[in-house]
Formats: sequence, C-alpha cells, structure tokens
Amino acid sequence: MADKRLTLEDLVAELDSGMTIGFGGWGSRRKPMAAVRAILRSDLTDLTVVSYGGPDVGLLCAAGKVAKVVYGFVTLDSIPTDPHFKAARQSGAIGAMEIDEGMFYLGLLAASQRVPFLPTRAGLGSDVLAVNPSLRTVRSPYDDGEELVAMPALRLDAAVVHVNRSDAAGSGQILGPDPFFDELFLGAADRRFVTTEQVVATDELAPGGPLQSMCISRLLTDGVVETPGGAHFTACVPDYGRDEGFQREYVAAAGDPDAWAAFRGRFLDVDEAGYQAATRRAADERSAAKAAKEGA
Amino acid sequence: MTDTTDTGVTRAEYCAVACAEVFRGDGEVMASAFGTAPALGARLARLTFAPDLVLTDGDAALVDGAPPLGAAPSSLVLESHMPYRRVFDVVWSGRRNLIMMASQIDRTGNQNISAIGPWARPKAQLIGVRGAPGNTVNHSTSYWVPNHSTRAFVEQVDVVSGVGYARAAAAGPSASRFHEIRYVVSNLGVFDFATPDRSMRLASVHPGVSIAEVVESTGFALNVPDDVPDTRDPTPEELDLLRTVLDPSGLRDREVRG
Repeated sequence: MADKRLTLEDLVAELDSGMTIGFGGWGSRRKPMAAVRAILRSDLTDLTVVSYGGPDVGLLCAAGKVAKVVYGFVTLDSIPTDPHFKAARQSGAIGAMEIDEGMFYLGLLAASQRVPFLPTRAGLGSDVLAVNPSLRTVRSPYDDGEELVAMPALRLDAAVVHVNRSDAAGSGQILGPDPFFDELFLGAADRRFVTTEQVVATDELAPGGPLQSMCISRLLTDGVVETPGGAHFTACVPDYGRDEGFQREYVAAAGDPDAWAAFRGRFLDVDEAGYQAATRRAADERSAAKAAKEGA
Repeated sequence: MTDTTDTGVTRAEYCAVACAEVFRGDGEVMASAFGTAPALGARLARLTFAPDLVLTDGDAALVDGAPPLGAAPSSLVLESHMPYRRVFDVVWSGRRNLIMMASQIDRTGNQNISAIGPWARPKAQLIGVRGAPGNTVNHSTSYWVPNHSTRAFVEQVDVVSGVGYARAAAAGPSASRFHEIRYVVSNLGVFDFATPDRSMRLASVHPGVSIAEVVESTGFALNVPDDVPDTRDPTPEELDLLRTVLDPSGLRDREVRG
C-alpha cells in the first residue's frame, strides 16, 4: 500500500489560489482546523469555500482568503453565528451561495456519483431559488410529472476532512457519533486529504472501534497528515470536546480590531506546534483566572 | 417563578403545553424541537398523549422515553443511530414533526432565519436557511417565538427560509403536496392558518394575555375570531411532569417570564 503521509505544508502546497475547497465536519465539530490554520499562513487567496460552516469559514474570511462561501449555515453551535463570517457578509466582502443543508448533501452526493444533479423537493417555494438564480428545476419524465429542484453537483478541486485515526494509506476512522458528510466531501473532490489525530497501523483500526467507524476508505484519500489537536477548538470526540473557553475568546476578539490583532499574533501567526502550545497556555490562564475569581 | 393565574401556572408552562399540542395525533414520527418550551412540549407529549413519538438526543441518536432537560448523556437509553445523513432520509420520508425557531415570521407562515435586510448585502447575517426550505415542503413544521413582537411577526419576511402557505401554493403541487405549517406558538398565544386564504389566525391566547396585546405586538393584520379561547391549562399530571421530572431547575421560566 502506498504511504500517503504528508505534512501540513505539503498539503497546502497541493492547493492553488482560486480553487474550490470543501472542508468536512459540521458547525463547530470535527473541523480540519490545522489545515485551515496552515492555509491562513499561506499566500493562497480567492478561494471558494464549501462547508457545513463553522469557524473554518470564519477564520478564512477574517484572513481575506475567501472569494465565495457555499453553505446552508455557518454556526459555532454553542454560539449561534460566527462573527467573521457575519462581518464578511454584511460588508459585502464575499460572494455567497446559500442553500438548504439537504440540497448541500445532494450536491456532494451528485459530485461523488459523477451525475450533473440530483432531484429534491428542498428549495421549492423558498428564497433559495431566488437568491441563486443559477439553480434550475427539473420535471419528472414519469407519469407523476413532479417538478423538483435539480441540485447541481458541488464539484470540488480539493477537500480536507479531520478524523480520529487513519493508517498511512488513508483508511480513516471516525470514532465520534456522527461521520457527517466527510466521505462525500472526499468523493466530490479531485485532491483529497485526511488529517488525523493519530496515524496508526492498519491492524490497529478494527480493534479501535466498531467496523462502522472505519468509514473513510483509502479509495477516497490522496494524502494523510497526522496532526494531534488538529480539530481544535472544535469538538473531536472522543479525543476531546469543543474548547468552549477558547471559542468564546475567538468570538470576543473578533469584535475589536486591536483584540483581533493580538489574537492573531498569539494564535495564528505561529506554526501548528506554536498554536497548540499557545492554546494550552491560554487554557491555563483561564483556569487560573477562574480560580482567582472563585477565591476572591 | 411568577404566577399569572390563580392556578399558579406560569406563562412558560402554558407555552410548553401549547408546544406539546403540536405533536397530538402523531404516531411514530421523529419529534425535533428547538428552544426550551418546544423541547419540553415534545417530552410532555411523549409521556402522555403521544406515546409512540420518537425523540432525539440532540446529537446523533434516538432516545427511549423522555429524558429531563440537560440529562447526562450517560443516563440516556439510546434506541437507534441517527447521524445527520440519516436525518435527511427521515425528513424526506415525511416521518418527522418539527418545531423550529423563527427570527421573522409573516402572515402566510413564511419564516426567516437567514438574514435581516436584503440577502445580497444583509443588515444582519443570521445562521443561514439551514434545513428550513426542505423541512417545510416535506413534513409538518411549527414555529416557536419566545418574544412576540412586531419585529418578529412581520408583514413579509426578508428571506423566505421556511416556506409558508402562499409560497408553497404558488410553487406548485410538488411544493404543497406534503406542506403543513401546523402552529405558531409564541409567549403570547397560539396561531394557526385555519382561514380560507391560509393567513395567520389567533387560535388561543395564553391566560393573562389580552387580545389587544397580541394584536399590538403583531406587525400585520392578524385574523381574530369573535371568540378566542384561552390556551388550555396543563393537567395536574403535566404540571407535575414539568416541575418535578422534566425541568426541576426551571429553565422554562428563564426563556419566558411571567
């Protein structure tokens, strides 16, 4: 089997400005954040970001990397909206394709299956069709004659997903309760990357969880990056939950240019090891501040 | 906890019971409920008059019974795996009944959670349309508005996310075939669309609320029948379930006061 292991820098070198890139996960859950941070450090720009959106979208918008976002929602789960995405939409800095989250699923599925569209009722009657004038309906060729939305394939130049375990050949294992749509992001993409908490030997996968957890086959992967904490600050259960304290810091900093510059300097203008060390220190500081407050 | 009537039932408890009524008559369908009163309503229904209702753990599983709000995950009895991809199978099969929130809702039942102002360059970007377009044309949908005001109840929503009656009809039979907006529940009353033109009607007011207050808080001409009943009282069993089993810490009274 091919050894597909890469570094984050290798992964970013496979991407180009202007690409359409899909990011796995959902909201503020199991997002390939280490890959997002590596993109923030690169000179990539003008990206179309396709995502069940969370802070991946927000951070890329904040860094001016984004030409357009394709989404059904952008949320931090425990905080309803992402401040950077909100600001980018409200200032008109980015283009947008906002669709029903089920249409989004069918777009990835159509791309994975190499068909131009899949039909759905979702979208009919809503402003999704009005704000996306390129969307078309299709009439059933059968006797029912139903007219349905023809959700176009969401073809991706590249996709990145983050999993709990993978072997070096790119067989990925998701140990949390929901695999989301990661398999379809990879299926829809030309260049397919899995980042993982841990690279393990192939024979360690099955003992590590039920067979259903081994849901990313190496048929779907071109590159594997081992990056512990690679979904931080989003949730990556059972390895770790969402870092709610840090997520609140992220949101608070976004509200003020000076605070954001400081946040960026401390957490983003550093390499991945530097990020992990800085967020651990930040967690210690929050604990100390909390203890001091409770002691006072 | 502030009593609003001589029975000591709080406004939030009326809201929870009104939300439970959304699920009356449902058989084995998946109940999804956003907000505290809807979450309590679905659980109340499951424990009383809709025993076959299927509840979720809010993550990726269906749960047996009706766990209290904030129950520890380890205390839940799981029935089935329900990751998001499978949720769409349920949505599109129609075996679901949902109470969503609405930042805006209008006279014919369109809902908006996408953006305030023009979509192309919004004054305020909200969460996004999410699953509202697909939900509303596939299965029964109701809405929960904990803070009834002319900003929430508007003549026309800015971005149609959830599809209302007029829009579903205009979009044709494929849109209207499985479309049903069952109720809108707010902190002031319960609303339905049982009018000839399917525009919103005041179905009941919560005890302690005047019809004038509902009308003044609504930004469009609401249908008000000659006789508007009060929202029904919780039964003693329902009150006991709410207060001692499902929500002993009183989260409901923090969402809706009075």
